[in-house]
Amino acid sequence: MEQIQRKLAEYTASLYNEKILDEQFIQLQQLQDESNPDFVVEVVSLFFEDSERLFNELAKALVSKITEFSILVCKNSNQTNVDFKKLDAHVHQLKGSSSSIGAQRVQRVCISFRNYCDDRNVEGCLKCLQQVKIEYTFVKNKLETLFKLEKQFVDAGGSFPVV
Amino acid sequence: MEMFANSSSISKGMGEVVASDEPHVLAIDDNLVDRKLVEILLKKSSCKVTTAEDGLRALEYLGLAAHQDSSTNNNGSKVNMIITDYCMPGMTGYELLKKIKESSMMKDVPVVIMSSENIPTRINQCMEEGAQIFMLKPLKHSDVERLRCQIMQCRG
Repeated sequence: MEQIQRKLAEYTASLYNEKILDEQFIQLQQLQDESNPDFVVEVVSLFFEDSERLFNELAKALVSKITEFSILVCKNSNQTNVDFKKLDAHVHQLKGSSSSIGAQRVQRVCISFRNYCDDRNVEGCLKCLQQVKIEYTFVKNKLETLFKLEKQFVDAGGSFPVV
Repeated sequence: MEMFANSSSISKGMGEVVASDEPHVLAIDDNLVDRKLVEILLKKSSCKVTTAEDGLRALEYLGLAAHQDSSTNNNGSKVNMIITDYCMPGMTGYELLKKIKESSMMKDVPVVIMSSENIPTRINQCMEEGAQIFMLKPLKHSDVERLRCQIMQCRG
């Protein structure tokens, strides 16, 4: 039990040290109590669901509108049929929800992504889409591991908050 | 998808339900995660919460939509505070604020605007239109606690 507790504490600390999560995640944990016992998992699950939906929308708005040829031709030009307003709206949503759960790295990429949308930079947007998916998958794995460790801790008789 | 959700259902049983002391807040946000978060934050501060995903549905809930007769519902009279996101597709939080302030029934209800962006012109615009407070997202528990004190003072 002590071993699990230590493992959990170390893992949690690493998430903050590596700036994968920020203080907003702590806010979420503090909102969890007997009347809302699964709050964090619920909100994070909503984040996962919503993000997957947004990635589909982003792909539709960006990737399907581009052919390899058109990227070569209009690398930094305005000649593209990408709807940057729509793209920006989706990224804004993703930025908002990642910020609300404390997924700092995802939020950061969204900020760059929005700047590329403002500049109508197709290549920049594509790079950001790739990057945001990587950061999202990374934080998703980390959170799922965290929840697993927390469950092990609780199953072993542990309770929160850990002193 | 549900238009809006009440945290406590009003039972229309044998008699009238006595109004509770808990302030009733209508929260509007198009972001799914933020809607959940604001709901929990308000419930934690002992508020009854109704959420809506956009301005039009909020107006419909309040009985203020263009197609509604003012006598169709009295939900509006039970709402003690409205908290809305600024950036929403269709009707922005600012546009919603204006509609609320135009209503003789709802104009004195405090309206809080939330935004993830700190833009002074935006803030001034909302304050000038009569917003009670402008809050930056993501919201924290302490922000909502402070809000609750304000509503309770407003109730008198």
